[in-house]
Amino acid sequence: MDPVPLGGLQEQTRAITMRLVILDDYDLASEWAAKYIRNRIIQFKPTAERCFTLGLPTGSTPYSCYQKLIEYYRSGDISFKYVKTFNMDEYVGLPRAHPESYHSYMWNNFFKHIDIDPANVHILDGNAEDLEAECQAYEDKIAEAGGIEMFVGGIGPDGHIAFNEPGSSLVSRTRVKTLAKDTIVANARFFGNDLSKVPSMALTVGVGTVMNAKEVVILITGAHKAFALYKAIEEGVNHMWTVSAFQQHPRTIFVCDEDATLELRVKTVKYFKGLMHVHNRLVDPELSIKDQ
Amino acid sequence: MPSNKSVSDAPITQFVNCRILRGSRLQREDLWVRSGSILDPEKLFFDEQGYADDRVDCEGSIMAPGFIDVQINGGYGVDFSEASEDVSAGVSLVSKKILQHGVTSFCPTLVTSPAAVYHKVLPQVKVHDGGAHGAGVLGLHLEGPFISAEKKGAHPERFLRTFQAGGIDDLMAAYGSLDNVAMVTLAPELAGSQSVVRELCRRGVTVSLGHSVANLSQAEEAVDQGASFITHLFNAMLPFHHRDPGIVGLLTSDRVPSGRTVFYGMIADGIHTNPAALRIAHRAHPEGLVLVTDAIMAMGLPPGRRTLGQQVIEIQGLHAYVAGCSVEEALEAASLHPAQLLRLHHKGNLDYGSDADLVLLDDDLNLKATFISGEEVWKKAP
Repeated sequence: MDPVPLGGLQEQTRAITMRLVILDDYDLASEWAAKYIRNRIIQFKPTAERCFTLGLPTGSTPYSCYQKLIEYYRSGDISFKYVKTFNMDEYVGLPRAHPESYHSYMWNNFFKHIDIDPANVHILDGNAEDLEAECQAYEDKIAEAGGIEMFVGGIGPDGHIAFNEPGSSLVSRTRVKTLAKDTIVANARFFGNDLSKVPSMALTVGVGTVMNAKEVVILITGAHKAFALYKAIEEGVNHMWTVSAFQQHPRTIFVCDEDATLELRVKTVKYFKGLMHVHNRLVDPELSIKDQ
Repeated sequence: MPSNKSVSDAPITQFVNCRILRGSRLQREDLWVRSGSILDPEKLFFDEQGYADDRVDCEGSIMAPGFIDVQINGGYGVDFSEASEDVSAGVSLVSKKILQHGVTSFCPTLVTSPAAVYHKVLPQVKVHDGGAHGAGVLGLHLEGPFISAEKKGAHPERFLRTFQAGGIDDLMAAYGSLDNVAMVTLAPELAGSQSVVRELCRRGVTVSLGHSVANLSQAEEAVDQGASFITHLFNAMLPFHHRDPGIVGLLTSDRVPSGRTVFYGMIADGIHTNPAALRIAHRAHPEGLVLVTDAIMAMGLPPGRRTLGQQVIEIQGLHAYVAGCSVEEALEAASLHPAQLLRLHHKGNLDYGSDADLVLLDDDLNLKATFISGEEVWKKAP
């Protein structure tokens, strides 16, 4: 039995929805997410007076999505000229030019390839003199920008969003966090597998900060994230699995690959897979600025 | 779009669509230049919120550091060893012409000459930056007169000299002054030469061994005292012998002090050295290879023969038979290694902060354009 047919993009920006979008593999999931982000930006028709504010993640999960967005820019189908970005987090005490800093990640994997205005880019400064003031200023900048239109994020193996480690307040704001052991271990591969070299603290947007966004898109791929996804959507809202907070957000999309669904009930997976034709209306047709 | 004003008003140029030589690899990266230096675009983006004023499309070309020739005796009818009244005019002419071959810096070289010639010529040649007027002069290379009679090659025997009691004083008497001298080639078996090597190095002059019948031990002693270059390896020295490799043995000597590299010049025209010998040297010690032209006044007449650009192509062609000398290695031998030899950290590489002396090449290493301090100084006619 078909559910009540939902409209496309227009509907998405007004309706209250939770979508679980399941693609076969990492590449297809990344592509779906990139197409959705592209369509939303183009449909928004951003201008100098009204920028599209985008929250952004780092890590291996969104890498392919960034590659796709760069492709769309290179083919002339999208421009980032009037897009304002706010990254989720940054390590404390790591030099900005360090190859593993999130500034470096964003520059190398995204910003240097597109036409974004550097004045529109915001990343927390983990080397600020006064870290708390830096966090407060970040919240202020988000407010000045009119709030976040779409926050794109990932999920840690321990179910965290950004660096909101298990036990974080679900109404938290941007602040300094000490990283959990799980997170340090997961990140060690970027620091030559030397745990002592991984930064132990980070600045991060809070769960509350992301909840304030008009829309939240969470990318979850890979079998190692499957248990976290299960905890995030099939169990209750719980501060030990902070991504679960988004069960209470008016507009959330979880974009996954098959492997990430391995711990979900067959029933859940079948239900949402059955809705793919509805979900795909969000990415098909692919909009382009060439048509405007 | 205006460039950001917080650090500098100078315009920023972004070279796009190029494969730049960085970290010994050709990488698809853009190159950013401001005020004649290579810029770190990430710092520009985050610190200054700046972006490019101009974009230059390199159409997929290879971008390498400008070539550096440390041994060139003249060209286009100019002979640097000639005591003319207007030596600098000759140097200027050559410096302008060699831009066509991608050479952005060079060491005008004088062969063995009488003291009168040195006293007349040296004061007229000054170290100076390159630009649209021509390649930069890094300093003179004085090849001789303190060399071996047995290995004089094309040098005039009657002007050869030895060190008498004074060592460095004899040298100063011959040359007159060491201002603007980047390198001296001498034979380390000459009595009294070791103290001269030490003193020259102390004064910042690069010492090269050449035109010599030194054995390996004498050569190693000179390296110990600071010598760091071999002038045209194989030519004008004793041949490699398995019981005394002579100067050639420096390529694999275990007496080279740690942290130091012995560089060696190669005239890679396939004539001065058999390609097989060139390959032996390269395989034994790839980081030390420095391409030189040792060009003479006849260079450029007729055009295109025995030019540095040709050498690089020769290398490329030679190594079509051999795994081991890649395009990147050939390019480094013409740029990075001579810069390392002369301890010029801001030349011969495309690192942030280095001088924007660049060449654009096609895949066959034909030169398409030459830049000095980010300014285009030569372009191939379409």
